[in-house]
Amino acid sequence: MTPEVAETVEVSLWRGREDGRYQTFTVPLRQSQTVLDIVTWVQRHADPTLSYRFACRVGVCGSCAMTVNGKPRWTCRTHVSKVVDDGKLEIGPLANLPVIKDLTADMAPFFEKWQKAEGRFVPSQTRADNLAVVSPESAERRTADAAIECINCGVCYAACDTVRWNDSYMGPAALNRAWTLVNDVRDAGNRSRLSAVASDGGCHNCHSHQSCEQLCPANLNPTASIAGLKRRTMQAYIKGELG
Amino acid sequence: MTGPHNAAYRRDALWIFAQIHRVSGVLLAIFLPVHFLALGLAIEGEARLQGFIAWTQNPFVKLAETALLFTLAVHLLGGLRVLVIENLPWRPQQKQMALGAAAIAAVVAVAFLLSV
Repeated sequence: MTPEVAETVEVSLWRGREDGRYQTFTVPLRQSQTVLDIVTWVQRHADPTLSYRFACRVGVCGSCAMTVNGKPRWTCRTHVSKVVDDGKLEIGPLANLPVIKDLTADMAPFFEKWQKAEGRFVPSQTRADNLAVVSPESAERRTADAAIECINCGVCYAACDTVRWNDSYMGPAALNRAWTLVNDVRDAGNRSRLSAVASDGGCHNCHSHQSCEQLCPANLNPTASIAGLKRRTMQAYIKGELG
Repeated sequence: MTGPHNAAYRRDALWIFAQIHRVSGVLLAIFLPVHFLALGLAIEGEARLQGFIAWTQNPFVKLAETALLFTLAVHLLGGLRVLVIENLPWRPQQKQMALGAAAIAAVVAVAFLLSV
């Protein structure tokens, strides 16, 4: 049975690169419809040349983030009913990143900064050693766990005012990842990592506006992680351990 | 239209407070030469200093002084807030802290205005 179309929503989608324009489509509303459903409907029923990125559709992979009515959102878990404004939706690519085409942002700068913040695990043991025993109740593990569930969607990076005015700023996600490793007792890379996150574009650029915390779909608080890095780098500086 | 995004910043409460903190710092830096001028007049002689002090009794100058006091208080408290964020364990009540700092600065400024 074909579902009855009671209402429609007017959807403006970004088309082209940086010098493109918004194109408007009329899309039928459905119950429990997500913003990703809307974009998919346009591609399948109105314009197959529309480019966008998604994979899992269930909020795990972090690939479908877009700007929805001015705010970055994970589109697969954002219900249209929660964000529609006066019967309209404006959907664009993530902000603070180059546009590849239509709704697809180039994530390369985002992940390059992840590397710049040394957000990769540095092992302190070899495969010949016994498995490390880490108590889930330890203070370090609890601190790391509070920030660990990042899905790399880039919502915080697109929401960040500091990223917008400072090209070199590493951004909330990369620094949040560094903070989880700083608190990982198995990691051996902290001396170098703390120097990296205290350098130009690092944690001390953060103005604590907390847009990242407000919009993070995983309910993380990167501002708190960055504040932790500020404290830890200051302590390392006083002890002469930076650089 | 240049690009898909509005160039405006997010302008949430903490963004606004961060801007107040910044602008108040600039205003205080601009005020400093006036402050040094008053100190310099005190060295030059009593008559000129008294003349300057008499000028400050002007109601418009009193209003400007009230604004200056608010600027000084809000910048001081904003600085303490930054020190708390960067040196003490994280507190979730950041908006309340920012609002409290602005409210205390306003109360101090109004108390000054009522007392002169």
